[in-house]
Amino acid sequence: MIRIRVAEETVGRYYPEQEMRTPTHFSIGQEAISVGVCQALEQTDAAFSGHRCHAEYLAKGGSLLGMFAELYGRVDGCCKGRGGSVHLNDPSVGMIASSAILGEMIAAGVGAAWAFKMDGSDRVAVTFFGDGVTEEGIMHESLNFASVMNVPVLFVCANNGLSTNTPLSVRQPRGHQIWKWAAGYNIASEHVDGSDVFAVHKAALRAVAHLRAGKGPYFIEAPYYRTRVHVGYETDEMKNYLFRSKETVEAGKALDPVLKATRKMIADGICTQAEVDEWTAAMVREVEDVVVQAKASPFPTVDQLLVGAY
Amino acid sequence: MRTLKYNQAISEATVQCMKNDPNVFVAGIGVKDPGGIFGTTEEANELFPDRVFDIPNCENAFAGITIGAAAVGKRPLIVHPRNDFMFLSTDMLINLAAKWKYMYQNGTSVPVVTRAVVGRGWGQGATHSQSTHALFAHFPGLYVATPAFPSDIKGLMVTALTGDVPVVILESRAVYGLEDEVPEEPVAIPFGKGRIIREGTDVTIVGASLMAYEALRAAAILSEQHGISAEVIDPRSIRPLDEEIILKSIAKTRHLVVADTSWATYGFAAEVAAVASEKGFADLQAPVRRVTLPDSPAPVSKPLEDAFHPTPMSIAQACLGVLRQEVQVTSHVRDVQEAFAGPY
Ligand SMILES: Cc1ncc(C[n+]2csc(CCOP(=O)(O)OP(=O)(O)O)c2C)c(N)n1
Repeated sequence: MIRIRVAEETVGRYYPEQEMRTPTHFSIGQEAISVGVCQALEQTDAAFSGHRCHAEYLAKGGSLLGMFAELYGRVDGCCKGRGGSVHLNDPSVGMIASSAILGEMIAAGVGAAWAFKMDGSDRVAVTFFGDGVTEEGIMHESLNFASVMNVPVLFVCANNGLSTNTPLSVRQPRGHQIWKWAAGYNIASEHVDGSDVFAVHKAALRAVAHLRAGKGPYFIEAPYYRTRVHVGYETDEMKNYLFRSKETVEAGKALDPVLKATRKMIADGICTQAEVDEWTAAMVREVEDVVVQAKASPFPTVDQLLVGAY
Repeated sequence: MRTLKYNQAISEATVQCMKNDPNVFVAGIGVKDPGGIFGTTEEANELFPDRVFDIPNCENAFAGITIGAAAVGKRPLIVHPRNDFMFLSTDMLINLAAKWKYMYQNGTSVPVVTRAVVGRGWGQGATHSQSTHALFAHFPGLYVATPAFPSDIKGLMVTALTGDVPVVILESRAVYGLEDEVPEEPVAIPFGKGRIIREGTDVTIVGASLMAYEALRAAAILSEQHGISAEVIDPRSIRPLDEEIILKSIAKTRHLVVADTSWATYGFAAEVAAVASEKGFADLQAPVRRVTLPDSPAPVSKPLEDAFHPTPMSIAQACLGVLRQEVQVTSHVRDVQEAFAGPY
């Protein structure tokens, strides 16, 4: 989690230089969900994500240099500079794909899980998406299909209450909870605090056991607080609280999953603040090093433009 | 005449049409956001907050929902911040909206008007910078416009929001900042009428959307540095297509280059070339040349992206090619979006 946080904050620091020319949706605040779930998976399990995919890519084991070089559009990028921030993938660690069009990866996740089932494999698939995606018809079609076909897919809805800047109250029925949609399709589902990595991880372990036991799909809804603007590195403060009130922002800060996890570990005597600081410092060194490497990586040459279209 | 930016012209057309017809409403993801879809829906929302609707993410159903509303008398103006999201709406637009007027033959028409932005540059990438104009224009029953200039988008919107045909209007993100003269009144511009935006005698350049503007810049290069007089035609609407204006122009210049923001294969440029060869073959002194996207999805990396989009230089080079001049275009003009600082 610290590694992902440091990586994202570093992206945010360099982003204004205009060298990472790729619309970027920051994962800061969402790390507990990505890490809590991916820690319950094997590398051979398949993961899919959406436009906000940095944390999931890294949590699944995607290369840090692959990510930074991709943001800089260089040949060492995970997609050699073709995909950009919203299309990170690394099949070697089971991070199959990310997509910038809402909902597509829910269907793809179901498809991968269905394939595993056809093969009689015990691999599972997980698909990460936001609350906004759950309004798309494709989610409902996919939940229905997954339930009918009893496929081993874990749906993870990282719910930050916003779709771009539009709150849930404008988009979904009052008092409704997203996981109940899944329950309506006879899918085992639960709601877990997305700012608590330990709680998410326990839920994910339950889910993965359920999937591997052949009991069909599983759905986790995990609320969390998005710390930045929808796309871009800015905080609410930098935008003069144009979209959210100062009070909301202050309340959100209390949900910082990295702080919550480290505080708990210190309180439980698992580690000390000094150790946390040391890990953080080590991550900063690693990430800064990667930034240097990414910037030193060459751009693809124009003769590569058509390579790989077929 | 006073001038407006492209986004201001859209806003003005929207507000005037809403004032003139209480059935006009605006809907789409984020249309009530501060800033309102790049400044196009803000004023409408201030003046008519009850007729501007932020909606759930549901492009597929929503196209059908607006078709239903239109069938009973409303005039929906739907806005998509990227036209790539409209792939989810294609079933409704193509199987319903495009068909009903013809199929029912009893006055059932659904004049839904869909505005959508075509992204470009700054790493918008494979799924956020496509243009769907040829796709929608393929199907009879829809009108499709790709206006490049502020006055044209205003006039076409006025026609769309007062007519009885479903319309798709595609707006290039790259022309949003361009400023030009726009009449203050809501003056309708008909679909199917192109515009000669620069007169010339040696070669005709037809350019849709951003390419109309880029063709103008190409024409300037050709005239200043090569002594060539290019005539530039902006079709404004690509369905119906003003074939006459194109054929008349090639009868004069005898050479044709078509520039497009999308791919060549089965595309707008192919259509114009087909019209020229079917109906203007005798006038042509050289094969038509198409300036389009290379055959790959849009890459993100800057050098690849720079090589991906047609430019004034590549259009000018194509013109020299059809005129059988071997010289290379050496001049360089600024990228149309050079000042764009991202991310969206
Ligand atoms: C089909 C489609 N419609 C609209 C968009 C524009 N869009 C991109 S991200 C986003 C918000 C999605 O919200 P959510 O799913 O909750 O994810 P979050 O950004 O909050 O992580 C929207 C509307 C899109 N990419 N694809």
